[in-house]
Amino acid sequence: MSSDVVDHSGLSRRHFLQAAGAAAAVVPNGVPAQPAMRDALPLGAPSAAKTTTERVVRLRVNGADRELTIEPRVTLLDALREVLALTGTKKGCDRGQCGACTVLVDGRRINACLTLAVMHEGSEITTIEGLGTPDALHPMQAAFLSRDAFQCGYCTPGQICSAVALVGELKAQALSAATFEAAPAGAVPRTIAISDAEIRERMSGNVCRCGAYVNIVAAVRAVAEGKA
Amino acid sequence: MNDVDYRRPSSVAEAIRFGAEPGAAYVAGGTNLIDLMKGHVALPTRLVDVNRLPLAAVTMRPEGGIRIGAMVRNSDLANHPIVRERYPLLAQALVAGASPQLRNMATVGGNLLQRTRCHYFYDADIAACNKRSPGSGCAALEGRNRIHAILGASDACVATHPSDMCVALAALRADVVVQGVGGERRIAMARFHRLPGDAPERDTELAPGELITAVELPPSPFAARSHYLKVRDRASYAFALVSVAAALDMRDGSVRDAALALGGVAHKPWRVVAAEEALVGRPLDDATIAAASERALAGARPLRENAFKVELARRAIARALQTAGGAA
Amino acid sequence: MITGQGIDRVDGRLKVTGRAPYAAEFAVPGLVHAVLVTSTVASGRIVRMDISGASAVRGVVAVLTPMNAPRLPQGGKAGVNPPAGRVLSLLQDDLVAYNRQPVAVVVADTLERAAQGARLVRVVYASGTAKLDFAAAKPNAFPPQRANREPTDHARGDVAAAVAQAATSVDVVYTTPVEHHNPMEPHATIAAWEGDKLTLHDATQNVGGVRTTLAKIFGIAPENVTVLDPYVGGGFGCKGSAWSHVALAALAAKAVGRPVKLVLERPQMFGPVGNRPHTEQSLGLAADGAGKLVAVRHATISETSTIEDWVETSSLPARHLYACANVLSSHRILKLDIATPTFTRAPGEASGNFALESAIDELAARAGIDPLELRLRNDAERDESKGRPYSSKSLRECYRVGAERFGWSRRAATPGARRDGRWLVGSGLATATYPANRSPAEALVRLLPDGSVVVASATHDLGTGTYTVMSQVAADALGVPIARIRFELGDSRLPKAPGAGGSQSAASVSPAVHAACKAMQKKVIELAIADPRSFAYRVDPEQLTVVDGWLRLASALPAGGRPIAAAGAGGEPIAAIVARNGGTPLETRAEAAPGAEREQYSMHGFGAVFAEVRVDAALGVVRVPRITAVYAIGTVLNEKLARSQMQGGIVWGMGMALFEESLRDGRDGRIVNANLAEYHVPVNADVAAIDVAFVAESDPHVNPLGVKGIGEIGITGVPAAIANAVYNATGKRIRDLPITLDKLL
Repeated sequence: MSSDVVDHSGLSRRHFLQAAGAAAAVVPNGVPAQPAMRDALPLGAPSAAKTTTERVVRLRVNGADRELTIEPRVTLLDALREVLALTGTKKGCDRGQCGACTVLVDGRRINACLTLAVMHEGSEITTIEGLGTPDALHPMQAAFLSRDAFQCGYCTPGQICSAVALVGELKAQALSAATFEAAPAGAVPRTIAISDAEIRERMSGNVCRCGAYVNIVAAVRAVAEGKA
Repeated sequence: MNDVDYRRPSSVAEAIRFGAEPGAAYVAGGTNLIDLMKGHVALPTRLVDVNRLPLAAVTMRPEGGIRIGAMVRNSDLANHPIVRERYPLLAQALVAGASPQLRNMATVGGNLLQRTRCHYFYDADIAACNKRSPGSGCAALEGRNRIHAILGASDACVATHPSDMCVALAALRADVVVQGVGGERRIAMARFHRLPGDAPERDTELAPGELITAVELPPSPFAARSHYLKVRDRASYAFALVSVAAALDMRDGSVRDAALALGGVAHKPWRVVAAEEALVGRPLDDATIAAASERALAGARPLRENAFKVELARRAIARALQTAGGAA
Repeated sequence: MITGQGIDRVDGRLKVTGRAPYAAEFAVPGLVHAVLVTSTVASGRIVRMDISGASAVRGVVAVLTPMNAPRLPQGGKAGVNPPAGRVLSLLQDDLVAYNRQPVAVVVADTLERAAQGARLVRVVYASGTAKLDFAAAKPNAFPPQRANREPTDHARGDVAAAVAQAATSVDVVYTTPVEHHNPMEPHATIAAWEGDKLTLHDATQNVGGVRTTLAKIFGIAPENVTVLDPYVGGGFGCKGSAWSHVALAALAAKAVGRPVKLVLERPQMFGPVGNRPHTEQSLGLAADGAGKLVAVRHATISETSTIEDWVETSSLPARHLYACANVLSSHRILKLDIATPTFTRAPGEASGNFALESAIDELAARAGIDPLELRLRNDAERDESKGRPYSSKSLRECYRVGAERFGWSRRAATPGARRDGRWLVGSGLATATYPANRSPAEALVRLLPDGSVVVASATHDLGTGTYTVMSQVAADALGVPIARIRFELGDSRLPKAPGAGGSQSAASVSPAVHAACKAMQKKVIELAIADPRSFAYRVDPEQLTVVDGWLRLASALPAGGRPIAAAGAGGEPIAAIVARNGGTPLETRAEAAPGAEREQYSMHGFGAVFAEVRVDAALGVVRVPRITAVYAIGTVLNEKLARSQMQGGIVWGMGMALFEESLRDGRDGRIVNANLAEYHVPVNADVAAIDVAFVAESDPHVNPLGVKGIGEIGITGVPAAIANAVYNATGKRIRDLPITLDKLL
């Protein structure tokens, strides 16, 4: 009946974008679709088993050695959340575009969603749970708490892990785009002064939709300057 | 993401052997490959983890210049004392990209190979993408193409290369050193990335299975006067609408040597040698800069939504050159 | 009194240590993973689905499609009751109404296998040309039944006649883009059945609504549905409705006989869970020679889906915000093959305020009157659209304080006059406003033998600070140290509260909490005075009070102060009263509801927003180095949290002004930037100084505690203040959001 059949089966190469001017088909109210015998699968019937790529992966997380039996495609993020039940690290976008999954690997901040667990055997992985506990807060956690540097709290573990690494990076005089902006044009920045601009830029890999940025900067700056 | 085999070679030779197997892909930082695998844009069946290969050094070359191992992380490269001192353009370009977390993960080799951020390429549910599916068409040509190319594009593909680092490497006349089953070869940065032409499925001149092992930079006269300008829709953590790598070697008020490359405008970092030549031997004034812009943007073909990029690029070139020259 | 003080969030320790559990993080035994498959066409029918590839993936236990999904009562439409119960896509028919509509669910033992299976589902559609062109559909725009709770149109006086005689007028069209909420936490549901009892862990801002809707969808009693969500990772309106995936998770759980966890992938948050629709707003303002408004005309056209009528109520603020005898305000909607829009932070107010406040600025420019002065001259002392006084309105004070803090007097009146190197500098101003909504709510208080207190209501904390401010209210109302209070929320079994929308939670729940605590205080006193073992035996109840968790004689307290010492001053810990009650916890409940005052007064929060912008003269890049915003929102329950909430709303306003736009492909209706790399919410570097202040305001009508909601007023006024500042800096008037640099080149 249709004027154009759109095939996403991958079985044909028909171009799915409609030519302009094609007559609009009148679409009747949706009717319950009849099951096609070929397409229906008895629910609950498991598929035929295939060779598994699962392997033993040894991770060191928050100072503890953990052994996981997982497929190589399991990301570090999903290994933490789904396998190790360390749900403090959050999945915001799963594509490295928000920073909610930020953890520390050998002291460096990374996005756990874009790396595989198996790639980090031998590394020291620190998650938010490893930084502090409700009764023994890490100074950065305490600073976030006192300055109200969060609202819904979902991006917060990533923010805090990121901020902890940031303090180390500043001490090591690592560059940021803000450093170049503050330096005379064409010159090589020699020293890096802690400033709101530096902290904003260095925390820009952690999106906060609640918009707690002003307080985040205040908390991070206080810790970076030793005034927490 | 599809299921994959995983191997972790301990030598370059072993890596290349694994890389020659069907369906194999090298994984370094993973910031692009794993992203694309999740989107079912990249579909390897075997991953070859090259992170622990001894390719992470930055060394001075006896003939001058530096050799950067392919596994050097973007953040480490930007912060390396030699790079900060002698190639600040590269450092500035690096820290303009992505986020601190991604820069800690991303490698030089991976950054060279990162794929376009074209909306239609990135979404594997879009059928018409010649880069993903040769012959299927280009949905961006008549679609939402504000972020797409104004230079060097074809009717088969209007995608841009999203890297900042590559624009600086192009300006700095880098060479890419690669190794495959056939041995080692060098590919000049100017040639490494391709124009889309009628085969946009091939981003680079890399042959299947070849592994990038290093990037080499010649000695640079540009350390004192360089600037990477990135113009984007928000202040950070965003790809360039237009970017400019500009560097100058000035003597007695005129340009002795110049480097100029654009990002965000084409399928490859856009370095037009004729634009650099338009600067050489002249004072850095508005007329000189305009002449350079003219050549850099020669042949610009805007799409329905990105005509602004032509004027933006013109102004960004002027701003970058003025800043590099010390005037802005 | 602890209410008002800027104490730390009581849930803060859990949040900063990653120990606050969000919906997807509950360990439900035997759980399997579900991944949604969504459509790739904007309209049509599903002709065929090939699920063989998906089903063959190791670990996949089910692939639900319209062909095989269990049938739901009324074809899945039993819960439809817009806007509370949305029209959902529940695999009950073959209809496709928008791109990214749910069309299948793949269930597997691991997330990776479910995701892989989802990619392998092959769908064949029958599809004609989709209706996606707003301009082409405008001739068919029609009036909706209502504009949210208000009449669709409002007319008073004679606008045409007034315009004809006006000294100055402007007549302009403003447009706002499609926007998506993008809370940091993706929508997530864990559904588990036990017999015909359903338990959901769901990322929602409306546990009660989810319960009601799911009960209807499945044809079961509401008592059989339990919805739990103690921590929500942001909502902003998109978690205010039970969307398709919630019921699909439950459907899948029923089909496979195991608990199912379904988490939306970020691209799936651009379609199935609502958005702010595109609006086209026609604004006409006219003023007399003294700058007093003689006519206000605000006509909004917004888009909706083919399956549900949704209205972005942008024309509402114009009805009352300024004094004017002649007003025309209208809403029309048009139907496209797009996803149904939904409440998006300050729905109507955010988009409409941009247009109205920009038009006021244009009128001021044309009349040669300072924009602040123009607003002062037209400040409305009553709500002329309803013929009622405001319950409170301290807007003039907001303008005054804001102007001073910001330094409004240093603004250059001539556009383009201020320059700092490459930067053009400008200032702009706008009025902020949002209704002070309130609904009935209930709370319970339970005093435990150890002296701790549980206070509970089925309300929500999405970062809004509910846990904290309700604890503060309870502590004061009960007379107990806040450390002993444990506030519970996010559980549909708790006493009823409205969904967290319309900025109404604090305003609705705090009176119920207050009342329940007062009732508990009364109960404690009554028990004590009847108990010979109590120091208060036979004491006149009027002489007794509870302070610091102790029952005391009021006369034993220093005037206005706290008791000096526990022992010897007469008194006993209230825990003692529980202990003597056989150790059984004491419980009280109370309900609070708005009354006739809602019809007698017009209730709104107000504010004044001032923005400074810098525009790169050559490149068009816009930066906002500072915003000053002053609000009058009644009682401030927690100084620190309130400031955070306002800053957050202001950041949303910046996003709306400068960055956010969902790009829809005109051919297939798909949002092509359905990810956080290309949909630009503000990042840290975009935000500089935000100065927030509150003016003291006491409103005896809005509710017993004088509380107005503040969750949404923060976004209002900001886009216009920035757009007006851009005009002041550059002389360019941008009437289409977002203000991206290409519009300024």
